[in-house]
Amino acid sequence: MKEVVVLSGKGGTGKTSIVGSFAALAQKKVMADCDVDAADLHLLLTPSVKEKNEFRSGQVAVIDNDKCIECGLCQEICRFNAIRDYQVDPISCEGCGFCSHICPMEAITMNECKAGDWFISDTRHGPLVHARLGIAQENSGKLVALVRQKAKEIAGKQGLDYIISDGPPGIGCPVISSLSGVSLALIVTEPTLSGIHDMERVLGVCKHFGVPAMVCINKYDINKNNTRAIQDYCRVNGIEVAALIPFDNCVTEAMVLGRTIVEYSDGKVAGEIKNLWQKITAKLQE
Amino acid sequence: MIISIASGKGGTGKTLVATSLALSLKDRVKVQLLDCDVEEPNDHILIKPTITRSEAVSIPVPEINKDKCTRCGRCAEVCAYHAIAVMGEYVLTFPELCHGCGACSYLCQEKAISEIPNKIGIVETGQADGLMFGQGMLSIGQPMAPPVIRKVKGLIDTEATVIIDTSPGTSCPVVEAIKGSDFCLLVTEPTPFGLNDLVLAVATVKQLGVPFGIVLNRAGAGDKKTEEYCARENIPVLMTIPLDQEIAGLYSRGIPLVTGMPEYRLKFIKLYENIREAADERSSRIKR
Repeated sequence: MKEVVVLSGKGGTGKTSIVGSFAALAQKKVMADCDVDAADLHLLLTPSVKEKNEFRSGQVAVIDNDKCIECGLCQEICRFNAIRDYQVDPISCEGCGFCSHICPMEAITMNECKAGDWFISDTRHGPLVHARLGIAQENSGKLVALVRQKAKEIAGKQGLDYIISDGPPGIGCPVISSLSGVSLALIVTEPTLSGIHDMERVLGVCKHFGVPAMVCINKYDINKNNTRAIQDYCRVNGIEVAALIPFDNCVTEAMVLGRTIVEYSDGKVAGEIKNLWQKITAKLQE
Repeated sequence: MIISIASGKGGTGKTLVATSLALSLKDRVKVQLLDCDVEEPNDHILIKPTITRSEAVSIPVPEINKDKCTRCGRCAEVCAYHAIAVMGEYVLTFPELCHGCGACSYLCQEKAISEIPNKIGIVETGQADGLMFGQGMLSIGQPMAPPVIRKVKGLIDTEATVIIDTSPGTSCPVVEAIKGSDFCLLVTEPTPFGLNDLVLAVATVKQLGVPFGIVLNRAGAGDKKTEEYCARENIPVLMTIPLDQEIAGLYSRGIPLVTGMPEYRLKFIKLYENIREAADERSSRIKR
């Protein structure tokens, strides 16, 4: 079983559109949407939810005002400035529990939070594991780990060859959680200076965790000088540039219709994504 | 006044709006641009600031004094993040899991735990042609952005108009960046992905109690559903930027929109006036 995650560093470079097409192209796979705080893959795959579960994670301090003697010790020791006037601001509370341990009146308890939901669904392209982090919730990394674990279980049970994950933007906690231990990371970038800068940082994260990476340049024709700069950078660093996808409004048109690009069009974009998936499967066989 | 720029979906134009808004206002009011997208900060690429100061961001992580430690296991028990484990004779610490709350060192009966700084990023300050600039940068391989964001927000000049650029999404880094703003601009694009994530971003700013309005970027690209949603929900669309190859080309080369197409300067000044009006209207409504 091989696991591929699609990342980008910079948001909006086309991760989900490409992953959606992989769902249509790949055989014997389970899809996982690891962008749990702004998930979009379901808009292309229109899942029917088979299983819905609560994601409970993290804690928040609650002060029992009947027991509280307003000594102020909790406010003093809280490093997240989450307690003011003997009230906890649940958004600032990091759930460390320090206050609950030191309160002389034992007036503070830690309550577990409902931090989101996760789903196992059927789609026209096979199973999908996805999730929705609660509004303004923490612990997205843990929810990502849970989504991956469930996808792995499905792949094991059904004897599937691939887990294909749509990753989050950035380089922080949910990215690290979706990246650790995968077989391959595909980095989707765009030929803008921001795209290049962010690609370099996310490639740094791949290297840091020892994950092999491949690069795909989306909308490569909007700035061919920058595309060459990306190719040069990848050559120097020994990273394969596996696809150059041209700008084409068909990507947005397909999205508006809730379809993947390869289902909607058989133009250059679709052709390049098909080649890309072949290169990925070849790389995974190595 | 603190204005944060957020989006839900990535790549909708936060950086474009933040930089052009800052550049359009800087000759009229004192402006400070703070890039709180510490995972992938991009404002500096367009603003090209002169950085004058760089400071490490660290969180205090435990260091165990083996001679004093009795392996009682209290530290591991109180740590909510599993950053300490006691295994027989050994006490292991995992600095990347530590949030720096300080519970372990305070609660250790033997006073065997001291705290040492663990560097997770940097904060830089500087200026660009009269514009005050600050940004944070999370180190590669570090998971926790919020402490770096808090440090960047420590730079806020209360006398300035502060523009805060944020990361995409709706989770802790975004909340940390938006919190305390007087107004939040949500930059979106008229596509199904843009709308789906905008709805999540709206729920987030509502929960934070921050007044907000929309900048619709790449107008004409997808469908009408985003505009219909805003009209239905009574959310003001404060500015519209059309889908335009010239704009995309400028951005790709790291040229701010208002530098490459100065006719946009007035539109951003108008945007600022719209924001002030929307924020004032809200505060007077609250007073009433």
